[in-house]
Order: sequence, then structure tokens, then C-alpha cells
Amino acid sequence: MIDALGSVGSLLLVGGTSDIAVATARRYLVDRPLRIVVAARETPRRVTVAEELRAAGGQVEVVDFDADDPASPARMLTAATAGGDIDVAVVAFGQLGEADRLRTDSAAAAHLAQVNYVAAVAVGTELAVRMRTQGHGVIVALSSVAGERVRRSNYVYGSTKAGMDGFFSGLGDSLAGTGVSVLVVRPGFVRSKMTEGLPDVPLSTTPEAVAEAIVAGVRGGRHTVWVPGAMRWVMSGLRHTPRAVFRRLPF
Amino acid sequence: MADAGPRTAVPLTGWGRTAPTPATVVPVRGADDVAAALRAVSPRGVLARGLARSYNDAAQNAGGHVLDMTGADRLLDVDLAGGEVEVEAGISLDRLMDLFVPMGLFVPVTPGTRYVTVGGAIAADIHGKNHHVAGTFCEHVAHLDLLTADGEVRRIGPGADPELFWATAGGMGLTGVILRARVRMTRIESSRLVVDTDRTPDLDSLMALLESTDHRYDYSVAWIDCVARGARMGRSVLTRGRFARRDELSARQQADPLRYAGSITLSAPDLFPPGLLNPATVAAFNELWYRRSPRRRRDQLQGIGAFFHPLDGVGNWNRVYGPRGFVQYQFVVPFGAEETMRRALERISRSGHASFLAVLKRFGAANPGLLSFPAPGWTLALDIPVVRGLAALLDELDELVVGAGGRVYLAKDPRVRPEVFERMYPRLESFRDVRRRVDPTGMFTSDLARRLAL
Repeated sequence: MIDALGSVGSLLLVGGTSDIAVATARRYLVDRPLRIVVAARETPRRVTVAEELRAAGGQVEVVDFDADDPASPARMLTAATAGGDIDVAVVAFGQLGEADRLRTDSAAAAHLAQVNYVAAVAVGTELAVRMRTQGHGVIVALSSVAGERVRRSNYVYGSTKAGMDGFFSGLGDSLAGTGVSVLVVRPGFVRSKMTEGLPDVPLSTTPEAVAEAIVAGVRGGRHTVWVPGAMRWVMSGLRHTPRAVFRRLPF
Repeated sequence: MADAGPRTAVPLTGWGRTAPTPATVVPVRGADDVAAALRAVSPRGVLARGLARSYNDAAQNAGGHVLDMTGADRLLDVDLAGGEVEVEAGISLDRLMDLFVPMGLFVPVTPGTRYVTVGGAIAADIHGKNHHVAGTFCEHVAHLDLLTADGEVRRIGPGADPELFWATAGGMGLTGVILRARVRMTRIESSRLVVDTDRTPDLDSLMALLESTDHRYDYSVAWIDCVARGARMGRSVLTRGRFARRDELSARQQADPLRYAGSITLSAPDLFPPGLLNPATVAAFNELWYRRSPRRRRDQLQGIGAFFHPLDGVGNWNRVYGPRGFVQYQFVVPFGAEETMRRALERISRSGHASFLAVLKRFGAANPGLLSFPAPGWTLALDIPVVRGLAALLDELDELVVGAGGRVYLAKDPRVRPEVFERMYPRLESFRDVRRRVDPTGMFTSDLARRLAL
């Protein structure tokens, strides 16, 4: 249960080896020990993350999750909730893809849509069903500013984020009054292992800053947060930029 | 009969108005209703709820069922000569006082509010101003009827399945539904109390006064100014009393010595802004309270309401803390840990978190209740509005308290860490054993139970 002072007792990280997921868990652990369920593919990285979070004071459980497998979300959540209620679930998995390849490779484009959108919808649906039953909980969905207005430079990735953002925003509205809520997080460019090697851009941010925004957003009962906060106004401007201008922008 | 048909979940909170969760509320009027309700529960379980005066999530059950017991409030048997009453669990202490004060019987233990049910009083094993001489409420329960998960009604007491009785006493409703109880009342000659008031300049003088003279009084409690610092830290107003004998009343009062009227006249509106109670307003209030209290006063006659339940005069006073709600932090530390009490008080006054009311009491002996709170020592209870940084402060206080062999009160605490709680209640594992015996599937549960893995 999230207690009277906003402390979280259990945290599920779906895509638990992502830098943002790990940073979020570490941020919660600064305040208090808590139960953490790391849902990810069985990789050496998962072992490292689990050890790291245990060392930081977490009571860590590991469950299998594979965004490529349609049966995985339900199975993962059955395992994740076996040990008790989940207070906060962070949906943090996703891929960036290679924009150039995605322009011509339909299988790669469809696969990105499977991971970033289809699997996210399945996970969100399973989470909502279980949290409705338990009568409390917060779903944190890692969206992206890329989904706010899809840009020509990474339109496949942007479209998957636009889809998942729409899904989780609508899901949040549908859950009003159930005790369950959804927080949609829209970071700008995050310097992380997902974006390794890409050139830095203005208003870029870090996994730690996103984690801080997630913790503050959950505590404050927010529905949407932008990281950094100024992104909200930038994207608000871009959203209303005429297409003729928008498509000529250099990104 | 409980109403048939589908019900929708409604958000519930405790008296502190924090962390609401939805549950399906089922009004019940008797054992048959309760049994029927238990047959219809979901895997999220069920819990009995009385007047919801516990400050925290003790009477909530997210996603499950909650039985509203306040309709099960019948008086079943009265033995005026023996001073015992048998009642349904949903009856309030307020009603018991209305009925029995005029007959010369008072409830054996009353907390700071009379708007609690007998079932709730047992589940929280409540204490009052007379703990140092009379113990807790459950020490005055001859027996009670508990409907357990198997559908059986078990009559238990200190002499009948004492293990289950002492798990139910202070068990926060997690062993089953308390249906009825037989309570030994206290005989009184009048409805007035003879009250002595003493103002003490600091914590040391207060504790010294309590140690030397507390045994002379049936009822005793001190109000502490938590905002005062330095030499004035712990300055307090101590009020102690006992019920007056008839011959101590004025001639006019003697004509009707048991006269009693005690209903709410005012209700606080739900309009208070957040932050109304801040360090400045609380300091001003405390200064005023301390100054208008007499330095030393003897043999003042007071009514039951004024002496026991001053805040009941304003219904819904919890609303003054605004929409964010508040927390009550109550802990006990053993005798000998006075230094811990001093450090805790220092830490609180230094933090600047305004505490409107801080109450200190000297507890008497503990009872066998597995999760019962009172233990020989000093207890301090304070109300704190929910503000940023409070979680860390209270975690720090927990460490002080548990380090001294103390603990926090389950009917109040909304935030203790489960692993710290385990250190506070060494008999928790025995409590879990009893629950496994009488409720192997965990049918009875609450937000509190889930939060602390009770």
C-alpha cells in the first residue's frame, strides 16, 4: 500500500533493466527499503540489476518478461503479484530502433510496434485488471515527447510512443474512481543505454531526473509529467506548428 | 436482513483522512447478516468497521468488503447488581454512557472520544486516562462472541480459548468478526469528576510529579506544548481526577447526581484550507492554552464530556487539518527510557512540524494481548498535519522508540515500516500463528494488515 505519507511498499519494474527503471528503484530506496519486482528477459544485466538493488536495500524478486511473446504479460503479472499487491508499476520497456532501417524494413517496423505499442497495451491491460481488483495502485507509463507530435526523423518510434501514450492516457481516465491511477511520463531525449552513441540535443535529460519526476508525480497524484518540465511548453509550441513548417525542422 | 443486490465500492478513510481506498460496504444488523456477508466475499477479503475513529487504514480493505457494524447496536442483557452489560459489537460508548450513566455505571475505559464502538474498542484494545490503574478495555471484557472464518461463532474470554481471546484483543479485527461482548462496567455515584490541575514548567518536573502522585488518581493525562523549546520544552498542563462521591456535590447537584447529557452540538465545516495549522498558529494556540490553565487548582468539579471528551464537543474536528489530512503519532517507551522521550520531544519541536495536541500519559501494567499497545512506561501522542518531510522524521522517531524497547500504536499509525514494526511487537509471530489457525485462507484482512504483513 502507498501509505498516508506517500511511501511506497512495493514496486514492479516492467522492463526492469532499463536505466530509467533502475534509477526509479534507486530513488525510492533512498527513502525506504521496499519490495521490488524486476520483470525482464533472463540476461546477465538482469542479474546485475537485481544484485545492485538488493545491495541498495531492496527486497528484490525477479520474474521473466519478454515483450516479443504475447503470452508473457499475463504470465509475468501472475508471478509478480504472487508475493502481494503492487503499489506502483513502471512500464519502462521499449526500443528506439534504427530509423534508417525502419524506413525500408517492414518486419523491423512491425517488431518495434510489437514491443513499444502492442506489448505495452497488453501489459497495461493486465495491470489495470489486477489493480482494479486490489483497489489501489499507480501505473507509470514511460512515454516520450517523440509521441506528442511525430517527427519525420524517427516516425516509426514516434508513432509507437504516440499509440502507447494515447492508450495509457485513456486508460487513466477510464480508471477514475477505482482507486487506481495512471501517470504518463513524457521525457525528452534521455542519455541512457538506449540512446548510447546518439548526438546530444537541447533539453536532454538523465534517467535520474526522470526517476525524480516519477517519484514526485506519483506522490503528487499527477496524471502527466514532462521531463524536463520545460518540455511541456516546447512541445505545446511544436504541436501547433503548421505542418509546412514542422516537416522542414531539422530533426 | 442486509439489502440484497449489487453494491458499488466507495472510498473509505480513517479519522486522519489520509490514503483513501475503495471497498464494498455491507451494512449488517446481526449474526445472520454477518454470516451471509462472509459467504459472499471475494478473494480480497472482508473486515468489520465500526465508527472509523482509528486514525489510519485499520478499518479499510481496498478492493474487498467492509462490514458496517454500526447497525448491530442492540443491548442484549443488563445485570445492574453485577455491573455487567452484554451488547452487540456495533453499539457505541456514547450510547452506553447515555443509557447507563443515569443508572450509576460508567464504561470501564474510554478514549478521548466516546464515538467508538465496543467492537472497535476490543479490536484496538483501547486505553484511556485510567490505564495506570484499570488497564485496557479488553481487561474488562468477561467474554465475547467471535464469528470466525469457518462460519462458527466462538465464545471466548480470558478463561475460554485465551489464546484466541488475546489475539482478538488488539487484533485489529483480523481474527474474525466480533459480534457481541459482555463488559464489566465501573460503578459511579455521580456524573461529576473531582479534578486537580497542575501546570509544570518542563518535562522533568512533569514526569517527577506523575511518578510521585499518579497512583492517587483514577484518571490522569498531561497536555504538552510541543512547540516550546529550550528551558520551556515539555511545559505542560496535567489534569487528574476521579468520579465524585455524591456527598461531594453541591446541594442542587445532589438532587440529580447522575444527570448526564452528552451529544454533539457543533460540527466543523469541510472548508478548512490546507496549512491552516502551521507553526505560527499552533504556537499561538499553545501559548494561550498554557497561560489560561491554572498553575495549581484542586477539587474542581467537571462533567464527563469536559473531562474525558473535550473534542467531541466539535463534530468532525479532524477537518481542521484540511484536505491533506493528518497523522497521529503515538508511541510508548518503557520506564527508564525517559531520555528517549526527551530526545523524541526535542526532535519534534526542532522539526517545526506543528503538533496541535500532544498528550503524555503514564501507562500501568501490560496485558497478554499479542498486539496490544500499552506497556509499562510513558506514552506520547501527537497530531501532525501531513507535510513534506514528515515520513523521514517519523522513521527517525521510530528508530529512537524501537531502540528503547518501545512501540507505536496500531490504531493510529499509518506509515511505520513493516520490518521496524516487527521489532516493536516481538509477539507478532504468535499472532500470525493464531491467524493461520482460525483463518488459514486469510479471509479477514485490511489495508493495515497488508501494509504491515500482519
